[in-house]
Amino acid sequence: MGITRNFRGRRVPADPGRVPPGQYVTSGFPVLSAGPTPQTPLDRWTFSIRGAVDRPVSWSWDEFRALPRETVTVDIHCVTKWSKLDTTWTAVSVDTLLDGVETGGAFALAFCDGGYTTNVPLDDLRGGKAWIAYEYEGEPLEPEHGGPARLLVPHLYFWKSAKWVRGLELRDRDEPGFWERYGYHNYGDPWREQRYQGD
Amino acid sequence: MERTALPRRLTWQVATAVEIVTETPQTRSIALDLPHWSGHRPGQHVDVRLTAEDGYQAQRSYSIASAPEDDHVVLTVERLEDGEVSPYLVDELRTGDKLELRGPIGGYFIWVESLGGPLLLVAGGSGLVPFRSMWRHHRAVQGRVPMRLLCSARSLPLLIYRDELTQIRADGVEASVTLTREQPEGWRGYRGRIDQDLLAEVGWPPDERPLIYVCGPTAFVEATANALVALGHEPDRIRTERFGGTGT
Repeated sequence: MGITRNFRGRRVPADPGRVPPGQYVTSGFPVLSAGPTPQTPLDRWTFSIRGAVDRPVSWSWDEFRALPRETVTVDIHCVTKWSKLDTTWTAVSVDTLLDGVETGGAFALAFCDGGYTTNVPLDDLRGGKAWIAYEYEGEPLEPEHGGPARLLVPHLYFWKSAKWVRGLELRDRDEPGFWERYGYHNYGDPWREQRYQGD
Repeated sequence: MERTALPRRLTWQVATAVEIVTETPQTRSIALDLPHWSGHRPGQHVDVRLTAEDGYQAQRSYSIASAPEDDHVVLTVERLEDGEVSPYLVDELRTGDKLELRGPIGGYFIWVESLGGPLLLVAGGSGLVPFRSMWRHHRAVQGRVPMRLLCSARSLPLLIYRDELTQIRADGVEASVTLTREQPEGWRGYRGRIDQDLLAEVGWPPDERPLIYVCGPTAFVEATANALVALGHEPDRIRTERFGGTGT
């Protein structure tokens, strides 16, 4: 590609091993949502695992909060180009939630208040790679950032970390979620810059 | 039936700036000549990539300000104080300069005639940009869907597309402006921030089930979308786009 005349950039010093191609580091926490922020009272909130399972399971808010929690510090990468390093979350590992769930499915479709969905291969949710987070930096997760709870899959672009998540539907076959149907990449690996279909 | 997926791979192409219009002291509209462009839908955006001499690159997304029917793809860019790409586009770019671009991107925050209405477009600041594509398209296809627009700006000199907003009123778009910080003498528009009362006054009654688009900075979009839901509008009739800076 040609050089852009007189463009120098305003580079933020960052470890190139931590910032994927085409991303810039921000200290802010931008928000991206397709619609209004849903408001779900906690006494009506549940988290469910359903679909291709031997027996669907569901937790109330209190039951969910009583599950073993982890504090994880991870880097997050949004398809709109920002990356945020060292974000700390209080969360329940998806491994904990899947413990005891029998499934032959290889895919998960996360479903959310407001109708948002996103698809992730089940292998990407297992093995300490994904969580359901309900606190950010030690405080309850704010609604505009996905509270009361959001999926956290930091090794994929952040649209996969579905806000207002209410459960996982396990599936034998992959099905594109909301943004995936609108032209975003089906898998979304930031290190391979898989932003849009065909990347 | 609208396409819901981009049909092909989005490849980078080299765009040439052919015309630059200063909208406000912080904002310019850049008309681009593109070697390959198969059209877009109003509301879509593009990715822009700039490359420094040493190979360093920076990418950002910008909404398309032009209608599919216009001669050129136009981007309206506001300079963000802590920005990296926008200061270059607003202060440095000249006619004849080249930059890399790919798109169009996005399939949800779009409006075409077949989606119907009535329409309410609510913009904060440069959140007006994708709506310019929509009202221009609406005019180009002689759209029959009634369109109302409410936008807020800090002051009249900071309002983009001032003349065009006057013109679209003559074309039948009910366009209202509220100035939040400073109003000129004799100002006959609204004053103060967009809130539930103003949305009730200039918007459609919820039982008409308007299709509503809200675009602007995050705090603006949060407040506006919440106010619309509180007024009784159905959340799934409200489409939002948030942008501008990365917050703190």
